[in-house]
Order: sequence, then structure tokens, then C-alpha cells
Amino acid sequence: MSELTSGVLVFLEIKNREISRISWEAMAAAHTLAEGHGLSVDVALVSSPGNPIFETIHGKAPRTVYAIDHPLLHEYTADGFAAAYAQLIEQVNPSYVVFPHTYQVRDFAPCLATRFKQVLISDVTGIETHAGAETAPPTFIRQLLQGKLNAHYRHRGTGPCFLSIQAGAFRADAAEAGATTLATFEPRLDAAKIRTKPGEPFRASAQTVDLGSASILVSVGRGIKEEANLPIVQELATALGAELAASRPICDSGWLPMERQVGSSGQTVAPKVYLAIGISGAIQHLVGMKGSQCIVAINKDENAPIFEVADYGIVGDLFDVVPALTAAVLKAKG
Amino acid sequence: MKIIVAIKQVPERDARIRIDAEGTWIDLQDVEFTLNESDAYALEEALQLKEEHGGEVVVLSAGPERVGKTIREALAKGADRAIHVESDDLAAYDALGVARLLAAAVKDEQADLILTGLQSDDLGLGQTGVILAELLGLPHASLILKIEAAEGGVKVLRELEDGWFQHVELPTPAVLTIQSGNSKLRYATLMGIKKAKTKEVRRVTPLELAAEPEASVVVLERVLLPNKQRTTQILGGSPAEAAAALVEKLRFEVRAL
Ligand SMILES: Cc1cc2nc3c(=O)[nH]c(=O)nc-3n(C[C@H](O)[C@H](O)[C@H](O)COP(=O)(O)OP(=O)(O)OC[C@H]3O[C@@H](n4cnc5c(N)ncnc54)[C@H](O)[C@@H]3O)c2cc1C
Repeated sequence: MSELTSGVLVFLEIKNREISRISWEAMAAAHTLAEGHGLSVDVALVSSPGNPIFETIHGKAPRTVYAIDHPLLHEYTADGFAAAYAQLIEQVNPSYVVFPHTYQVRDFAPCLATRFKQVLISDVTGIETHAGAETAPPTFIRQLLQGKLNAHYRHRGTGPCFLSIQAGAFRADAAEAGATTLATFEPRLDAAKIRTKPGEPFRASAQTVDLGSASILVSVGRGIKEEANLPIVQELATALGAELAASRPICDSGWLPMERQVGSSGQTVAPKVYLAIGISGAIQHLVGMKGSQCIVAINKDENAPIFEVADYGIVGDLFDVVPALTAAVLKAKG
Repeated sequence: MKIIVAIKQVPERDARIRIDAEGTWIDLQDVEFTLNESDAYALEEALQLKEEHGGEVVVLSAGPERVGKTIREALAKGADRAIHVESDDLAAYDALGVARLLAAAVKDEQADLILTGLQSDDLGLGQTGVILAELLGLPHASLILKIEAAEGGVKVLRELEDGWFQHVELPTPAVLTIQSGNSKLRYATLMGIKKAKTKEVRRVTPLELAAEPEASVVVLERVLLPNKQRTTQILGGSPAEAAAALVEKLRFEVRAL
């Protein structure tokens, strides 16, 4: 790697014809990093340069916005994206390459980093820059053991440092017009080198419940232990006039249908009250419910990460607490 | 079909979390270990493919001696043999380093498929399988729920975000990282447990695999308990008292009842 580096290169993603929220959060992380080290920020996006979406790229002035444009990138493949991104990284030669931690990034970024003999620091939740930043590399914080432990990581040696940023960890920058230059980047891609053939995305089944419209959700997790125990949360839901929701393992086990699953691979909900019962609070669950107005957690482990986002908590055995709560609700409703 | 399944032994989900003396990992004394959840699904997929198409399932795991127990459990469930990359010092390797060891251990196996879980429940890097594909020059697909044989390769069901899915076709040999949840996991039978005792476990050391270990580019410097910035109001007392207090809050503060 040459010593001439340009700074931070952020790769954004489009979702539903807009730049995704998590992409803006990745951009905010990039700015944190850039400010700490006096670096500039460039941005890249797979799209034709004529796409009006480029006009929506706001934030503190990124220097150059690259439109990565090639017919072979119209549908996502790991081979196509890794090859195209690698070529842009070689040209721009950044010190840091920043991604949003999405399913797509998980799919190709580890390959891409490997091509540069680097390792992606994945799912980063925090960045600490240090005084004398030119010599002291930043500390990257990520979670271990499903959120029960934090770890500090450091990048060593030369070559670009690859990061992916966890959803919700950085606040997307407030819009602030900045001068940008749009540059088209046409990678050299060979159809024969794209080995996978992706099909059209589809949704599993017709939705029969609309979790989004429920004002109270009673959500159950693996703490319930057995399918046969579900009636105790069902009774609470009925008493509250709430819909039943669940964490992934409950739906994976087939105890409740997948359409009731809350989280990154299920529904995103924001009810007035979300009761998390026997749910630990893994990030993939939190992203689906942390916008709820009021979060109540019932968990026997006082250190469960769910308590980090809860407004009210009861530390205890759900098999004692939930029936007591049902009784209290029924009593209050007279 | 010859299938390699890379599996990892991880601390049990409800293991007590205390930081060790070096401050770089949890104290493993008294910790029970188990097979990483998504790896269990990868093993299940492999065993089902073998039942349908014939062939061989080889489990591959890196770690200290205790990993042998998890390997035996996989053999008891029906895997045919195992490769154990034995090292007490895996923490010294970053994801690329571990993937290099795994790649070196399987490069001569000529497998049709290499399966891994999509991420480990302890470090959660979610990369080992994808890096392995790159090192071996194989195509890959991640977050896979279902695998079907197709002409010249496989057709897989891939999970996307927010309840979406897609099919992906790819030629074999290929690497797939498996998402939890698609099938029901099997238990080992008594017969399986008995048979597992005589199945081959090839032990290799990192030294035997890689002539020159390369320096890690990413280092875990220390671990910390998350610093609590919670604003949670914990409602104490007996279950009935806590429940009554919560109902009060929901009625008069949240105004949801
Ligand atoms: C790519 C990807 C996508 C994912 N998508 C999703 C998703 O969309 N939604 C989702 O939920 N997860 C998702 N996950 C899984 C996620 O990482 C967690 O594994 C999952 O959310 C854990 O579910 P849980 O909290 O119910 O179970 P656990 O983590 O096992 O937690 C159970 C909790 O119950 C408590 N408990 C046990 N017994 C009792 C008792 N008697 N009384 C009270 N409390 C008790 C325990 O203390 C523990 O906190 C995804 C993972 C990946 C890798």
C-alpha cells in the first residue's frame, strides 16, 4: 500500500429507492473518525450517476461522491460488488473503508477485506479517537456474547482499515449542505467471473396480523422455555388487549408464525407499549422494537441487555411475574 | 456429496460473565460449553443433504482440547469423521488467521460444499465462512436457510432483511454460511453416541498447517462490561407488588390502559 491516503471512504446502500438510514449512520461514524484524524470523507454508491438520489446526499461535505456504475451491478452479487469495490478502493486508496452493517455488507465485505489482507472490524458500536491521533490509532468498540460484553479492538499495520457500523449506534448527521463533486466510476467487470445467480427477492407469506397497528405488544422470548407455556403470555396479551409478538427463536421453533417475529429479519414495530418477556435484547431484536414509546422488560437476569433500552423493568421469574401481571391488569380493568 | 461443516464450541448462553485476569476474555472457569447455535443448523443441513444424496459429512473445528467433546457430539449426530485443528492459543489469531487455518486443513479434501454457521454466539464476527470462501477461491452465499441440489451446483434460500428472501444458484464447490431456524435439530441417538467413539478425528496443529503464521491485523485489546447508562425504573418487591406497580405506571404515566 502506498503511504498517500485520501481519508475515509464510506459505501452507502439504497433501500426502497432511498439511501438507507443505516447508511447515514455509517456516514456519521465516518465523520467521527475523520474529525479525530484530520481526514476527509468520500462517499460511494452503486447507481448510475443520473439517479436523482445523489442530490439527497447531504451531511458535512464529503469530498467526492462516486457513482459506481456498471450493468453487472444492477443486481447484487458478492463477486460483482467485491470486484467493483476493490477497484475503487485501489484508486482512492483510503485509510479507512466504512460500511453500514447490513446483510449485503456481511455477504461480501469479509471477502473484500481479505483481498487487501485485512480483516473487517464488523458491527462496530463506538469509535474512540485518541490525542496525537496521527500516531495513536483509534479504538473500535464492538459487542461480544450478544451484547453482554464490550470489546475494544485496534487495527494494526498498514493498509486500509475496514469497518462496518451497527444499526442505531451513531446518530445520522443532521442535514447540512456540503459541496460535493459527483464522479462516475466504471469498474471493469467480467460476467464470467460472477459465479452466483441471484433470484428476485420475495416475501414469505401473506400477512394476516398487522403488528404495526397494535398499540400494545406482548413479546415473548426463549425464556418461556416451551411451547406449552405460551398460554401464560397469551392470557396477558388478552387481558391487555394486546397482540402477541416474539423473538426469533420462538418463531424458528414454529411456536408462533414468523409474521409475529420482531427484529432485523422480521417486523419493525413502534407500539405505545412493548413488553419484552424472557427476551435477552440481542441487537437484531432491539433494532426492531427500540422505537417503541414505552418498553417494559421482564427478565430474571438483571444484566440482560434488554434492560439497557427498557423504561420499566421487573427482574424476576416470568412464570411468577406474568400471571401476577395478568391478574393486576384484570383487576385494574375491573 | 461431500460436505465439510465448520463448527465452533462457544460458552453456554447463560454462562456467568466475569472478566478474566488479563482483561481480554471472560473467565472460563466453571463455564459450560456448547455447539454454536447456527453451526448446529449447518450440521443439520449437511446431515439432511447426506441422507438425501449420499456422501460424507466431515466436521472441522479449531480450538483447544475441550473442543473434542463438541466434535464427538457432532459425530454422534451422524457426521462421519472430523478434523480438529488443535490450538490453545486461537485468541492470538484474527478472523483471517483462523480462516487460514481452516482453509489449510480442508484444501485437499475436495469437498462439494463447505458449511459454517453464519456467526458465532461469542465473538459474533460473522465472517469466518465468507473469508474461507475467498481463501479457497470458491463462490459463497451467506444467511442460508435451505439447500437443494441443482444442476452443476446448488440452489439455496437466502434470508434478506425485514422478512424478505431470495433464491441464489451457485456452482459447487461452494461455501455457504447457515442461518439458524430452518429445520428441527436432531438429537444424538444412543447408537450414534456409541458409534461416534470409533469415528476418525484427525488432529492437526496450526504449525503443521501453516508454515508461517502471519501477524494479526486486528487485535482485541480488552473487554469490559457494558457501562450501564440505563434509565430503567426497576420495579421491585414480590411479583404481585411489582405487577401492581407496573399497572399503575401503564395506567397513569404511559396512559396505555
Ligand atoms: C442475521 C441475524 C438476524 C437475526 N434476526 C433476528 C430477529 O429478527 N429477531 C430476533 O428476535 N432475533 C434475531 N436474531 C437472533 C438474535 O441474535 C438472538 O439470538 C435472539 O433475539 C435471542 O432471542 P431471545 O432473547 O428470545 O433468547 P435468549 O437470548 O436466549 O434470551 C432469553 C432470555 O430469557 C431470560 N429468561 C430465561 N428464563 C427466564 C425466566 N424463567 N424468567 C424470566 N426471564 C427468563 C434469560 O435471562 C434471557 O435473557 C438474528 C440473528 C442474526 C445473526
